[in-house]
Amino acid sequence: MNSIGEACKQLKDEYDACFNAWFSEHFLRGETNDSMCAPMFKLYQQCVKKAMKEQQIELQEVEKDMLGTDQERKVPPSKS
Amino acid sequence: MPRYFEATTVFNFSWDQVAQGFWLKYPNPNSQHVLTEDTVKREVRAGKLFSKRLISKTNPTPKWAERFITTKKVNIVEESIVDPKNKVFITYTRNLGYLKVMSITEKVIYKESEEHPGKTIAIRSAWIDSQIRGFGRAICAFGYERFKKNCNKMVGGFNHVLSNMFPTQTTLAAHNVITTTSKLKDAAKNASELAKAKAAPIYASLHPNQS
Repeated sequence: MNSIGEACKQLKDEYDACFNAWFSEHFLRGETNDSMCAPMFKLYQQCVKKAMKEQQIELQEVEKDMLGTDQERKVPPSKS
Repeated sequence: MPRYFEATTVFNFSWDQVAQGFWLKYPNPNSQHVLTEDTVKREVRAGKLFSKRLISKTNPTPKWAERFITTKKVNIVEESIVDPKNKVFITYTRNLGYLKVMSITEKVIYKESEEHPGKTIAIRSAWIDSQIRGFGRAICAFGYERFKKNCNKMVGGFNHVLSNMFPTQTTLAAHNVITTTSKLKDAAKNASELAKAKAAPIYASLHPNQS
């Protein structure tokens, strides 16, 4: 998949490959240390955040927590 | 009043497989509208994986709604929590901007199916809302119908990716079975031709008098 920043595509692909391997081979097997892909993630993040800024996408709005907070939408009570 | 939608899907894949496939579900044959996908935050807390991804999609708008929606692209934030111990994967997706015109929030819970061991159940909830005076109801109705229609496409696309990742699974969609079988046949044919080609000189060298 493409990145929002064209220049970030290669960094994204490298990080994604690392992450997917870590997720399957470590995380799902109960190993929660995530330092394996951290250096790649850092480089990729620098690139993506710059691209977001250039495209006027508000980082604050993106990073806002909703899931698991009281701002999360609630299932309406059933009519029956 | 927001419109609420709920649907449950069973995936013929284990929870571990669905969780791995989730991160790789784009691109798929039904995802031409997805333009970009980026991880913007990720951390492990208390054994759970918290992620935020920014996804941009094209936003086809019907003629009558063009006066409210002028952008051709929409940005979406996808929050997720993966709990590998209890095997629960929750995603929560919302659009950025144009929230007054139409906001679509979707929550999906992927967990192991109790009725069908080895399969995964996805419980999808969606809230469609609009604050546009006079048009809110029409926009909500439009958003609701479009979401409902797209649901099957989303599931189909995800299944396609899972079938490619885990082809040994027996319960695949029909067309996937065909492609896999023909691939296997091709592979077998190629292997036997290769074996014949390699065997010929060996045979010849063992029986020099016959050639």
